Amino acid sequence: MILGYAGKFLEVNLSTGNVKEIKFGDVVLKDYVGGRGLAAKILWDRLGSKWGKIDPLGSENILLFLTGPLTGYFPGGRICVSGKSPQSNGVVGSTVGGEFGVELRCAGYDGIIVTGVSEKPVYLFIKDSDVEIRGAGHVWGKDAKQTVATLTKECRELLKKRYPRYGEWKEPAMLYVGPAGENKVRTAVVAAKWTHAAGYGGYGAVMGSKKLKAVAVKGTGPLPEVADMKRVKRLIKVVNNNAYEDELWRRWGTGAGGYEVGAKTSSEPVRNWQDEWHDEKSFGVDQFENRFWIKHYWSDFGCPTCCLKIAVIKTGKFKGAITDNPDYEMQAYLGPNLGIFTPEENVFLTSLIDDLGLCGIQTGNVMGFAAELFQRGILTKKDLDGIELKWGDVEAFASLAKKIAFREGIGDLLAEGTYRAALKIGKIKNMDLLPYAVQSKGISIGAHGIRSGKDYPEIISYACSVQGGDHTSTTGLPLDGGESELMGIFNDSGVYCNFNSFGISRKVRFNFYEAVTGLKLTREEWCSTKALRVLQLQRAMLLLGGPDLKWDPKIHDANPPRFYEPLPSGPYKGKTTDRAAVEEYKNRYYEAVGWDENGIPLSEILRKLGLKDVNKALEKLR
Amino acid sequence: MPTKKEPIWIARELSKCSGCRKCEIACSLFHENRIWPEASRIRVFMLVPGSDFPHFCAQCEDYPCVKACPVKALSISKKTGAVLVKNKACTACGKCIDACPGRIPHMHPTENRIVICDLCKGYPQCVKVCQEGGWNVLTKVPRKDQAYKLYARTPEETTRDLVAKMYGEQGQEYV
Repeated sequence: MILGYAGKFLEVNLSTGNVKEIKFGDVVLKDYVGGRGLAAKILWDRLGSKWGKIDPLGSENILLFLTGPLTGYFPGGRICVSGKSPQSNGVVGSTVGGEFGVELRCAGYDGIIVTGVSEKPVYLFIKDSDVEIRGAGHVWGKDAKQTVATLTKECRELLKKRYPRYGEWKEPAMLYVGPAGENKVRTAVVAAKWTHAAGYGGYGAVMGSKKLKAVAVKGTGPLPEVADMKRVKRLIKVVNNNAYEDELWRRWGTGAGGYEVGAKTSSEPVRNWQDEWHDEKSFGVDQFENRFWIKHYWSDFGCPTCCLKIAVIKTGKFKGAITDNPDYEMQAYLGPNLGIFTPEENVFLTSLIDDLGLCGIQTGNVMGFAAELFQRGILTKKDLDGIELKWGDVEAFASLAKKIAFREGIGDLLAEGTYRAALKIGKIKNMDLLPYAVQSKGISIGAHGIRSGKDYPEIISYACSVQGGDHTSTTGLPLDGGESELMGIFNDSGVYCNFNSFGISRKVRFNFYEAVTGLKLTREEWCSTKALRVLQLQRAMLLLGGPDLKWDPKIHDANPPRFYEPLPSGPYKGKTTDRAAVEEYKNRYYEAVGWDENGIPLSEILRKLGLKDVNKALEKLR
Repeated sequence: MPTKKEPIWIARELSKCSGCRKCEIACSLFHENRIWPEASRIRVFMLVPGSDFPHFCAQCEDYPCVKACPVKALSISKKTGAVLVKNKACTACGKCIDACPGRIPHMHPTENRIVICDLCKGYPQCVKVCQEGGWNVLTKVPRKDQAYKLYARTPEETTRDLVAKMYGEQGQEYV
């Protein structure tokens, strides 16, 4: 057995109620590590032969909660959620911060594989090797804060009753869905700790489709044994000290972005990306901090950065709103992207999005899309069930968010996410609405634009990523670059927070892996073999797609049309994306990654990586 | 700074806790050479998100846990003022938990004995890592004649205080 792993996985069939423990061989764990990598492997092995027919929201889909060997060791604990994505119809390794991964490993499991569909709402309660499927009828329909409060109390009472002499029980760690997940909204999240979310991928809808309201876990054991504890301790220090050096990063988290990404780099979504520049000083981090942050340093397991801050509104009409930061993505997508430039309204809307269990990025994106259609007279007040969806009207956007979460009226169409909504509303209006959809392969673009060329994503970063618009999995050349998609796969397969890897060399990350597992891993081996294999698997499943949509790389390995319009204002006014440069870069990327001129992985590389069956499955696309 | 000979106390500014749990990591590494949150003598409770705080021995002036132990497994360190557990003598009866106003001691997850903060022989590891981060939730101070027992509160009691401060009235709904 490889060190650093608990050594077993839990498999729960919600159709039958059957619970069993399973293991993966050393070769599989060595090759796929955990998290995102292992998710791709499990999904391909179990669903690959019928991928195109699997409905992501049907009973055959598999929902995965996977840790990696570095979870709990590399500072900043996370858990990776995956399955067939109801957004991209491919596979997304969607990670969320918190203690869940650590508790799960302390309970003796590296991950949970959920199959089937429950008849009634349920939640899973895991205490070490005791695993129960419990009724969740009493929390079905409840929002995030009510769900967490009710189940935390309930689980602690159960523990107290069962182990009366133990002393006080800490809360179990929990992942849950809000009403949006229950209603199979494609922009629903799997959430933790009120405000944390695995957003990209839409796995909240998958969890809801299985009638799984929550998973709560309490582990009382240690984290799995490592190969070299002395070295692990030393490396933890290296990561911590690196974080401690960046005072403002710790003080503000990403909360400075709401003003700066617009004002300084012209790459923030403003009114559905009609602009990427603004100079609204009202949206500065100072106002968020001074008016709303009641806790300046909030973090997840082992984290030295504490990029999270807690914001509470204590006066006025939004009194009672609670959320974290909001972080940059929430600031941008539930702020300027909707024409909102006041921290108060942004905190309120983010808190509401948390409560409903929606993804702030993708719901902010689809609401911005709808508002632009209203601006252009394509969607009318009548179409919007009486809502006048004007830029900056936070009450209007709050009403719309609720409609989306409960799939009411226009909300039912927008709950399909931006791409599908564009197709559906376009059909009703008999118009091509894709020019207003700022997404890639069903996944909204993260709040970092490419037109100014001053932010980190490159001109093919979203167009060619196997996770579409995911701003944490952007791609580019060189393939083995420090922040390439292949290193993203490392973070998401080792399963730890990428924010704590900023400024940490690849060598240190691979050393960490070696100190934990006892296995040597070089950049060469990772980038030319293991991560590349995961990337090809994800690419294959993305292209096989289905059942409702399929992607043709010739059409869909593309930037949203909006990114070819010139920036209308600001210091980078007039700048836009050069189509010829995108084509040229894309071709170079295809060649480097081993895809043919049509974007299909080449037989040669698939065979070299030992993916013969993937090669066979892709024959029909060539 | 107190010298190593003086009894000490760990002062705690709970509402500043980030919930990073580095104290749990440091404590369990020191005592068990593993990262083992449930075996840590200091445990971070987060009964309501955001209200994270470390729950650990307050070293009451009258040490009710020591008095309650029927097998004399608990004693007071003259050097540091910490409650020391004689692991072999402890029968895991749990009487010290009931005697503690804050129900702070808890059982070792795999061994039949109680765990209580021993102040790491005067060099508390939790304080060290907490201060490295620059938040100073935990600070080592000389032990004087003060009402330390006030800090022996149950997780629910402390949570209620913290959420009142953080979230106001609505906070109570979440406890």
